[in-house]
Amino acid sequence: MAGPERLTKTVPGNEGIKQKRETMFRITLRKFMRNKLAVAGAVVIFIVVLAAIFAPWLAPYDPGHQYLLDKLAKPGGKYPLGTDMLGRDTLSRLLYGARVSLLVGFVSVAGIIFIGTIIGAIAGYFGGIIDALLMRFVDVVISVPSLFLLITLVTIFQPSLTTLIIVFALFSWPGTARIIRGEFLSLRSREFVLAARTMGVRSSKIIFSHILPNVMGPIIVTATLQMGYVILAESALSYFGLGVQPPTPSWGNMLQDAQNITIMISAWWYPLFPGLMILLTVLSFNFVGDGLRDAFDPKSIE
Amino acid sequence: MTAEVRRDQQSIQSVTDGVLLEVRNLKKYFPIKTGLLQKTTGYIRAVDGISFYVKKGETLGIVGESGCGKSTAGRTIIRLYEPTEGQIIFKGKDISRLPENRLRQQIRRDIQMIFQDPYASLNPRKTVEKVLKEPLKTHRYFKMKSEYQDRVDELLTLVGLDPSYKNRYPHEFSGGQRQRIGIARALALNPDLIIADEAVSALDVSIQAQIINLLQDLQARFQLTYLFISHDLSVVRHISDRVVVLYLGRLMEWAAKEDLFNQPLHPYTQALLSAVPVIRRKDEQIRERIVLQGDLPSPADPPTGCVFHTRCPMAMDICRKQVPHPKAYRPGHFVACHLYD
Ligand SMILES: Nc1ncnc2c1ncn2[C@@H]1O[C@H](COP(=O)(O)OP(=O)(O)OP(=O)(O)O)[C@@H](O)[C@H]1O
Ligand SMILES: [Mg+2]
Repeated sequence: MAGPERLTKTVPGNEGIKQKRETMFRITLRKFMRNKLAVAGAVVIFIVVLAAIFAPWLAPYDPGHQYLLDKLAKPGGKYPLGTDMLGRDTLSRLLYGARVSLLVGFVSVAGIIFIGTIIGAIAGYFGGIIDALLMRFVDVVISVPSLFLLITLVTIFQPSLTTLIIVFALFSWPGTARIIRGEFLSLRSREFVLAARTMGVRSSKIIFSHILPNVMGPIIVTATLQMGYVILAESALSYFGLGVQPPTPSWGNMLQDAQNITIMISAWWYPLFPGLMILLTVLSFNFVGDGLRDAFDPKSIE
Repeated sequence: MTAEVRRDQQSIQSVTDGVLLEVRNLKKYFPIKTGLLQKTTGYIRAVDGISFYVKKGETLGIVGESGCGKSTAGRTIIRLYEPTEGQIIFKGKDISRLPENRLRQQIRRDIQMIFQDPYASLNPRKTVEKVLKEPLKTHRYFKMKSEYQDRVDELLTLVGLDPSYKNRYPHEFSGGQRQRIGIARALALNPDLIIADEAVSALDVSIQAQIINLLQDLQARFQLTYLFISHDLSVVRHISDRVVVLYLGRLMEWAAKEDLFNQPLHPYTQALLSAVPVIRRKDEQIRERIVLQGDLPSPADPPTGCVFHTRCPMAMDICRKQVPHPKAYRPGHFVACHLYD
């Protein structure tokens, strides 16, 4: 038998292997960093997350305490962002509100991704009748007017954080399922998947160890975009009094108190700050989602 | 079925000594589904009743135009697709109806595949080491961890790559190097049969030669049997011992390489060969370039009789009516054409 050295030299297979190594992660990161809006979004999200985590230490006041002598205080001075009509400190309520928004967002999106990925993966990988049935089910769930349904369900059950999260998770996954199904559908006939099949690798292993890691990009992108959607929806429902219930502060129910036109004019800071937080956070998630989508796209080279 | 046809089929079956793989009347139809309810409204007859065998240690080339069913044939033989009809006899056993768990025990080790696209055939998220270990681990090939390590190094060396590159990802390699990794993966389980579907078509010509030489070296060393699928006649001519010519899912001609290239019998083979600018040897007759008329018919609605009659310069009345079956024109040279009735 020929020695390894000889073989390596006689067969010219080793030419031009790139000496400079760059991992997939670094390439993606580099592409992401070039998108300024996405980077700005990431920074905002990072700050909001930190604020939510450290709310108890950062908040200057108890968010529920009513300083009855300081109702509708102007921003600045004792209260950096003013107070509401019950004399509660806006900054403290915003900080605690971030906790609620992010909590609802993260847990709902985890549920959405979990259900959507499982259904999408099974439909896309196995195809045929399984796919047809699951996709009809997706069509049914999609055609349910979700906002009305949300309102109905929240009215039937007690509006609470849990109800909100369950409703979001159970009715918002179809979009994710469709995306994941599409990815699986195209990847299942890729040659590396066929190769695994010809070697006798089991379907479950192919799904989890071959296809899923190649779908992480789309999953992260959808998750990010869904975060924006859920936070917005949570705010909207809370604004209508169907979401997070007072006295728990949420950005949405803080706006609810400010519906009054006189308050809007005389105490502009009251609706402004929660509104700004919703806008900024939702926008940031969308920018980051778009940035990630481009960064993961293998076609947008370098 | 005429007596003649039966005799010829027998003559195919009688040569069983040293046969590793035999395909009998293999068909693969893909259903065409339309409408909201996905009703099957017809079939694409990608492979429509082909029979041939491959002897141990030889290379059988499968040629034909794009869309004639070469890949489908290869993928059906390795049971990536369910055969619609026919038998696939591997090492004397019919594997055409085995369920996946039986396939895993019986053929998933012994038949491997090399793919066309060196970029799509390796999982971008797995290092070379993981790629090569997967077939071994799937079949619990070894007991000790170190044995797996050694085998990976050995495989890389075998295909002419430095084992120190095993921790790298596919995107760090060139097309030719990736194809070598694909070959190493196919070798991992010491298979008997390797199906190479356009294994060099995606590579530069200079790299093609290297890969072909590598395949030939490995064949000699490990007594491998190849089913070499390609639309490139000069490559097939170089590597094959015998060649099968397919057209619209049917076998047109099947012969030893020398016979096929020196004296092609079927008008379709003649047309195919006349289109290749190869350096001809002295003993070969100079052939006129035959340009085929018309387009390839749809495999969903193939012509009656001989499927080639719509484009055949020699078509006769009988060709429209009667399907010609492969007949031995001389020992080992089969042709499906009414000209040789
Ligand atoms: N999975 C599939 N579903 C439906 N039709 C298919 C499928 N795979 C192949 N076909 C059809 O079957 C016919 C034969 O295709 P096949 O890929 O086997 O041809 P080929 O000879 O390998 O061609 P090429 O040289 O382009 O690779 C074509 O008409 C093709 O469209
Ligand atoms: Mg093909």
